[in-house]
Amino acid sequence: MSTSGTQAADAVEHEAHGGHHPTPTEYVRIALILAVLTALEVSTYYFDFGRAGIPLLIILMVIKFIMVAGSFMHLRYDTKLFGRFMYTGLGFAIVLYTATLLIFVVDANQ
Amino acid sequence: MATMTAAETGQSRLRPSKPTGFLSWVATTDHKRIGILYFWTVLVFFFIGGVESSLMRAQLAQAELSLITPEIYNQMFTMHGITMVFLVVMPFAAAFFNYLLPLMIGARDVAFPRLNAFSYWFYLFGGIFLYSSFFLGGAPNGSWVGYAPLSSDAVSNMAFYAVGLQILGVSSLASAVNFIVTILNMRAPGMTFMRMPMMVWMALTTSFLLLFAVPIIAVALFMLQFDAVFDAQFFQPASGGDPILYQHLFWLFGHPEVYIMILPAMGIVSEVMPTFSRKPLFGYAAMAFAGAAIGFIGFGVWAHHMFTSAIGPVPRAAFAVATMFIAVPTGIKIFNWVFTMWGGRIRFTTAMLFSVGFVSMFTIGGLSGVVHSIVPHNAQQHDTYFVVAHFHYVLFGGALFGLISGVYYWYPKVTGRLMSEKLGKFHFWTWLLGFNLTFGPMHMSGLLGQPRRTSVLPGELGTTVETYNLLSSLGVIVLAVSASVFLYNLLRSMKHGEASGDDPWDARTIEWMTATPPKVHNFDVIPVITARDEFWHRKYAESDQHIPVAVPVGASVDHDEHDGDVGHIHMPDPSLWPAIHTLGVMPLGYGLVYANWLLIGIGLVWMVAGVFGWIIEPLAEGDDDEPALVGAATH
Amino acid sequence: MTAVAHSTTMGLDNRKLGMWVFLASEFLFFGAFMSAYLLYIDTTNRGPGIEIFDIPFTSVSSFVLLMSSLTMVLAHNSHLRGDMRRMRLWVLATAGQGMVFLGGQVYEFTVFFREGLDLTQSPFASSFYFLAGFHGAHVAIGVLLLLGLYSLSLTGKIKPGQDVKTEIIGLYWHFVDIIWVILFTVVYLIPELRV
Repeated sequence: MSTSGTQAADAVEHEAHGGHHPTPTEYVRIALILAVLTALEVSTYYFDFGRAGIPLLIILMVIKFIMVAGSFMHLRYDTKLFGRFMYTGLGFAIVLYTATLLIFVVDANQ
Repeated sequence: MATMTAAETGQSRLRPSKPTGFLSWVATTDHKRIGILYFWTVLVFFFIGGVESSLMRAQLAQAELSLITPEIYNQMFTMHGITMVFLVVMPFAAAFFNYLLPLMIGARDVAFPRLNAFSYWFYLFGGIFLYSSFFLGGAPNGSWVGYAPLSSDAVSNMAFYAVGLQILGVSSLASAVNFIVTILNMRAPGMTFMRMPMMVWMALTTSFLLLFAVPIIAVALFMLQFDAVFDAQFFQPASGGDPILYQHLFWLFGHPEVYIMILPAMGIVSEVMPTFSRKPLFGYAAMAFAGAAIGFIGFGVWAHHMFTSAIGPVPRAAFAVATMFIAVPTGIKIFNWVFTMWGGRIRFTTAMLFSVGFVSMFTIGGLSGVVHSIVPHNAQQHDTYFVVAHFHYVLFGGALFGLISGVYYWYPKVTGRLMSEKLGKFHFWTWLLGFNLTFGPMHMSGLLGQPRRTSVLPGELGTTVETYNLLSSLGVIVLAVSASVFLYNLLRSMKHGEASGDDPWDARTIEWMTATPPKVHNFDVIPVITARDEFWHRKYAESDQHIPVAVPVGASVDHDEHDGDVGHIHMPDPSLWPAIHTLGVMPLGYGLVYANWLLIGIGLVWMVAGVFGWIIEPLAEGDDDEPALVGAATH
Repeated sequence: MTAVAHSTTMGLDNRKLGMWVFLASEFLFFGAFMSAYLLYIDTTNRGPGIEIFDIPFTSVSSFVLLMSSLTMVLAHNSHLRGDMRRMRLWVLATAGQGMVFLGGQVYEFTVFFREGLDLTQSPFASSFYFLAGFHGAHVAIGVLLLLGLYSLSLTGKIKPGQDVKTEIIGLYWHFVDIIWVILFTVVYLIPELRV
C-alpha cells in the first residue's frame, strides 16, 4: 500500500469522521440537559408524584440512556452496526430476564 | 514504511526471535499454531475425560459393584462432564476456527492475534486449574450443572468448578469477540456474507451465542462461588434465597451452550459433504439462516431443563412449544445434508463416513430430544439414563463425529500428509459400533428406571437393566480400541502418511488454494472472490447440462501464486505477554477458592502489570496499524 | 495489509468493532445481577432493606459519574483535534471523577456495613453488594485504563493520530455510565417510590 494512498484514504476518513462530530459546546449542552434530567429524577425522592412517579423515572432513564449512547458514544454519527450490537444485547437482556422473573411470579401466584 | 524512531522499531527484550522451539510456541500469535496448540491440548483432556468415563462404566458393569467409592464416582462423573463440555468439545471447535477461519475468508490472521493467544492460555490454565483440584482435597463432585445449594456446600468442592469455569468463560468470550470481528471485518475482497463457506457462518453464529451466553454463566458462577467461599446468600433457602435462580441462570447459558457445541460440527459437515459429493451445498441460504435460527431460538428454551423444578404450568407449556420449534430449523439442516448427497458422485472417504455418521446419529439424538419436550414424558425421563443416552447421541454421535470428520478432512491441510484411509475406516466402523453399543442400551435402561448420577447400579432394577449396563460397559472397550487406532493413525501419518499435495480432495473452498501446509502469511496474494465455492469455480466451468468441466491448466488462477517475490508482508509479532499475563489467573483463582486475600492481590497485580506490559510492548516493525501516524511522519 | 480501518471489509476499525461487540455482551452480565436484585429486593432476612439507602448522597455520586462522561467525550474531542495537552487534562479529570465515584461507593458500603447490611446477612444484601460492586469494579478498570492512557500519552506512546484509542476507552467509560443510569433508577429511586 503506498503512503500517498494511505494519506488520501485517511484524509477522507477523517473528514467524514470529524464533519459529523458535535463541537464541545454541543457536548456541554447535552451534559446540561442530562444534569437537569437527573435533578428531575432525584426530585421524585423529595416530592410526591403519586402514581406518575415510577413511569416518569423510567421515561427519564430511557431518555438519559439514549442521549449518552447517541451523543457521547457517537451512535448517532457512527455506522448503524454499532447501535445494532448494543440494542441487540440490551434487547436480549431485557427479554430473557423479564421472562425469568415472570416465571418466578407466575409460579408464586399458584 | 516511512520513518520510525529507534524506540518504535526497537526489539522487545522479551520477544523470542527464533521461529522454532519451545519459546516460539509460547509466544506465538499465529492463528495456525494456536489452532494446533488447541488441538493437542484437547486430545490430552479427551484422554483424561475418557479414562474418567471408563472408570464409571467399569463400576456400573454389574449391579452392586464397589470398584470405586461413591466419592470417587461423583468426582468422576462431574469431571467427565466438565472436561468433555468445556475442555474438549468447545476448544476442539476453537481449534478448527482458529486454524481455518482466516484461511477460509482469505485473511492473513485473526483480528486480534495476541488476544487469540490470550484465549488459548486462559483455556490451558483453566484446565490445569480445574484438574489441580484432584491434588488439593478432591475434584468437584456436584455434577457439571452444579445445582445450588449442594454446590455451595463445602462437601461438593465446587469452588474449583466455579472459578475454573469462570476462567474458561473468559477464554471463550475473548475468542468470541475475536472471531466476530475477524469474520465481519477481515474478509477478502468479494467475500460477501452469502459467499462465505458454511463453516464460517456457523462460526459466526457460535461466536454470537458465546457472546450472549457466557456473561450469564459468569454471573451464576460468581454468585455460586461467593455463596460457597464467602458465605453470600444468593441460593441459601435458610435466609430466603432461591436455588431455582441458579437453575435459571445456569440454563439460560446452558441451553445456548448445547448449540455452541453442535453448530461448529454442523459447519464442518457442511464443508465435508459437498466436497465428497462433488455438488454444491444444497440450500445454502436455508442452511445459513437455519443455523442462525437455531442459535436465536436456542435462547428461548432454557426452562425445558427445569420441567421438574418449581415452574408453573404456563411456562412449562410455553417452553415445550418453543422446544419443539427448534426441531424445524434442525430438520431443515438434516434434509439439506441429505439433498446435498442426493445424486452426487459420493466418495466414501473416512471424513465423509464420519459426516454421514454425524447426520444419522445426530438425528437419533435430536428425535429423543423432541421426546423430552413433551412435559409428561419429561417427568418420567428426568434424571434417568434416557437423558444420558439422548445427550450423548447429540454430543458424541453429533458434535464429536463432526469434529473427527474435520480432523480427517483438514489433516492434510495442516501436515501436508494424508491419514491412512485403511486405519481411518477401521476407526470409523469400530467407533460407530462402540458408540451405539455404549449409548444405545442406555435408552432402554433409562426407560426401565435406572437413575443418573448414582454410583451403584441398584440390583432391584433386574437382570434386563443389568444386561444393558454390561453392554454399555463393553461398548467402552470397543471405543477405547478405536480411539487408540485413531491416535496411532494421527501420529504415524505425520511422518509416514502419503504426501497430499495442495488439494487432495478436489475441494471447493479457498483454504485449499494456498500452499499445504500454509505459509505463515497464508496467502502470497489475497484472492479476489467472485463466487461461493470460489476454488471450485476456478477449477471447473459448467457445461450446458450443469456438469462440471475442468478448466484447462493455466486458464484460471487456481492456486496461490507462490512463485516469485511477494515482497514484505507484515505479520503480527510474536509476544510472550499473553502467556505472562494469563499466568496471573492461577494465584487469583487459588486465592478465590481459598479466600486468601494475599493470593488474590498477587493475581490482580500480576494481571494488571501483564496488561501494561502487553500494551507498551514495542512492535518489531513499527506501529503501522496507525496510518495517520505514518502519514504525519512523512509530511 | 494491516488492520487499518479503511482496508477492512466493513471499513471499520477492528478495535472499535471489538469493543462494541464486547459491550453488547455486558448487558447480559449486568442484567443477570439486576434480576437477582429485583427478585430479592424484599428478601431481607430481618436485616436492613432498601430503607438503608441514602438517596441524596448517591445522587451526588451519580451526578459526578454522569459528568465524567462529558469530560471523557471532551478528551476524545481534543485528541481528535490533536490537542494532546488538553486531552490529557480531560482524561485526568475523568479518572478523577471516576475515583470520586469509587470513593463514594466505598464510603456508602462502609456505612451500610456498619448499619448491619452484611454480605452474609440476606439475599438482598448479597445481590445489592454484587450489583453495585461489579459496577464499581468496572469503574475501577476504567480508571486504570484512563491512567494508562494518560501516562502513555505523556511518554509519547500514544500519538495525536491515534484518537481511536481514546475513543475505545471512552466507549467503555460511557457504557459504564449508562449502566449506572439504569442502576441508579432501578436500584435506588424506583424502590424508594414503591415503599
